[in-house]
Amino acid sequence: MTTVAPAPTKIAGMTGRAIAVVLLMLAIAAALPFVLSNYQVGLATEMLIFGMLAMSIDILAGFAGRTSLGHGAIFGVSGYVVVYASAQAGLPPAVAFVLGIVAATLVAIVFALLAVRTSGVYFLLLTLALGMIVWGICLRWTQVTGGENGMRGDVRPAILVGHRAFYWAVLVATTFVSYAMWRFVRSPFGLTLLGIRDSESRMKSLGYNVPLHLFVGFAVSGFFAGIAGALYAMFNNFVSPSTVALAQSVEGVLMMIAGGVGTLFGGFVGAAAIITLENVVSAYTERWQTVLGLTFIVIMIFAPEGIIGTLRGILARGTGSKDGYKSK
Amino acid sequence: MIVSKGDIEMDRRQFLKNSTAAVAAAGTGAMPWRAWAQAAPIKIGLLAPLTGVVASGGKEMVEGVQFYLESVNYQIAGRKVELAIEDDASNPDTALQKARRLVEQGNCHMLIGDLLANTGLAVANYVKGTGTPYFIPIIAADDLTQRQRIKNVIRVAGYTGSAFTHPFGDWCLKQGYKKIATISQDYTFGHEQCGGLAQVFTEGGGEIVQQFWHPLNTADFSPYLGQLADLKVDAIFAMETGADATRLIQQYASFGLKGKFPLLGAMNATDQSVIRTLGEECDGIIAAAHFAEGSNNPVTAKFTKDYEAKYGKIPSLYGFSMYSGIMWVAEALGKIGGKAEDRDALIDAVLKTDLTGSPLGTTVKLDAYGNPIYDVQIRKVVKRADGKYWNVPIANYPGVSQFWKYDPETYMKQPPYSRTFQGIKKA
Repeated sequence: MTTVAPAPTKIAGMTGRAIAVVLLMLAIAAALPFVLSNYQVGLATEMLIFGMLAMSIDILAGFAGRTSLGHGAIFGVSGYVVVYASAQAGLPPAVAFVLGIVAATLVAIVFALLAVRTSGVYFLLLTLALGMIVWGICLRWTQVTGGENGMRGDVRPAILVGHRAFYWAVLVATTFVSYAMWRFVRSPFGLTLLGIRDSESRMKSLGYNVPLHLFVGFAVSGFFAGIAGALYAMFNNFVSPSTVALAQSVEGVLMMIAGGVGTLFGGFVGAAAIITLENVVSAYTERWQTVLGLTFIVIMIFAPEGIIGTLRGILARGTGSKDGYKSK
Repeated sequence: MIVSKGDIEMDRRQFLKNSTAAVAAAGTGAMPWRAWAQAAPIKIGLLAPLTGVVASGGKEMVEGVQFYLESVNYQIAGRKVELAIEDDASNPDTALQKARRLVEQGNCHMLIGDLLANTGLAVANYVKGTGTPYFIPIIAADDLTQRQRIKNVIRVAGYTGSAFTHPFGDWCLKQGYKKIATISQDYTFGHEQCGGLAQVFTEGGGEIVQQFWHPLNTADFSPYLGQLADLKVDAIFAMETGADATRLIQQYASFGLKGKFPLLGAMNATDQSVIRTLGEECDGIIAAAHFAEGSNNPVTAKFTKDYEAKYGKIPSLYGFSMYSGIMWVAEALGKIGGKAEDRDALIDAVLKTDLTGSPLGTTVKLDAYGNPIYDVQIRKVVKRADGKYWNVPIANYPGVSQFWKYDPETYMKQPPYSRTFQGIKKA
């Protein structure tokens, strides 16, 4: 005899408690500009944008088991296209924004075509190399990209010029993107990616088209990275090769790891932690990057599953329950 | 030693507690930003690359500013000066973030600094929106005081990329050079310096035989040097900064080109920051600049001597430019009674101030576009009595404008110098 626990009522795929938590966090996030200074609102905006980038990397790293070092390039391409389209080609911001995301998705598709047949360190190296190509193009194609100097321009639409307005716009975008990503990784498709992560050969023998799933996963992840990149271009009104450089990819990956691989929302925690640390420490020493490095070592030793991962572990131990879909 | 699991848990918790406390402490530590607002000193935000590819130059920028402020005891026009130093990490995104921090959180009255053009352009774009006065003694991007001028971005004690290579092109013609090849880092600063030389040199009847553009941070120059060696030229012009300059000068000598073609350099190529570490391979290189540390002008000589006594090295362009830049702002502030809060008055005063105390030993004025007019020295690297190398002036072009002898309006109608436009006159 088996007793089936009654399934909790769900709205939009979330339990009532989850919805309450989400609404509470959104309310807090939306109220932040009233208590923070302009500069801090800017930092919060940056955290949301980089959180999105980290989450997009997590779709591949945490759910498909493939860590990409090319997402900074995808993110940056979107930024380049947004600035170019609005500042050089004179297109309206909304069109530029869409073009940026389209360009990023196309780049992701090219990356995906080349990278999906690899895994592990080969995937890492291939995405790294592809990212370097994009960086090289941005650096050397001076006539279009402005080379080392980058491109400037007033990219934001008139109503989003203020700090607060832009923050709220990014918050709204982040909410939709996060929800979309969350639904994506919990969908049957996302579960297939999990299956591929855990055993590629088994999924193959079960009849799943592994490369196709990875390809789509990569393209979707690139689409989300593109949204983050387009918002970042609007935030800075500026792009330069450092936005597409390897360091950008690495920063995204580190944020994801700091938050917790495979936790999705860990991306925000990681981004918030790293950006806060950068800004607090740099007020005291120019060696802030050293402090950042040491912090990563400490995180890896004491919380190898990242901040969210470790918290979840503690909670699960406390209640004796286990998060079903995250089993290894 | 046996450690039970409980102990480890304890340690972790303790660790978390401690680190939280540390973060909290750091948070409150950042509060002095607020406290400044009441004490009312003049707040100057200094951006310099203290880490990253040009970190050594960045440190000298900070030294230059501190050297001046210490000499006036951190007092300008009777008000105390608070200097907030931020590292732009040689990265435009970081520069932008730090500029926001200095302006929006630090409430700095003005910004000064940045070394790489991309960091300066990013910050310039930002202050265009905020109206904060931003002084750029190092950023040489031509268009910031030409085609895309921003009113509150002023190049006090700075220079445009092509300003000194214009007269240098003229000097080359006077030496009887007919053919020159250029090798340069492939970015705007390089394009502008080479363009200035190429335009004046070709318009005067010279010929630019070939131009080589290499990426920043080129470790091995042999592909370029091999090709240069085969050219029939009278001189080679090298536009290099930092480690690239060191490597090019060394490899130029070890390839045996040193005795073959005279080497002409951009001012950065033979700056103290580069030749300080070099030996006789840098001997005899000619470059054009406003500042020559080996000048026998008594004011310059005194500056060099004092700087050397304090920091143990001959001043570079970075130290000199920042020293002069902050002095310029200080002289302007003196005229308006130190009212740094009144941005328009400050910008106006800076534009109208003629720098009298410059280590150049001459009075320096700004032109109508916010760019200084200098006496340009053609300088040669020579060995000093103590065996160190420095730049000594050998010729002088007085009162050189960023537009050389061209009419500003006409000049700005031509496109900015780039890889594809070098102002070369077709024969």
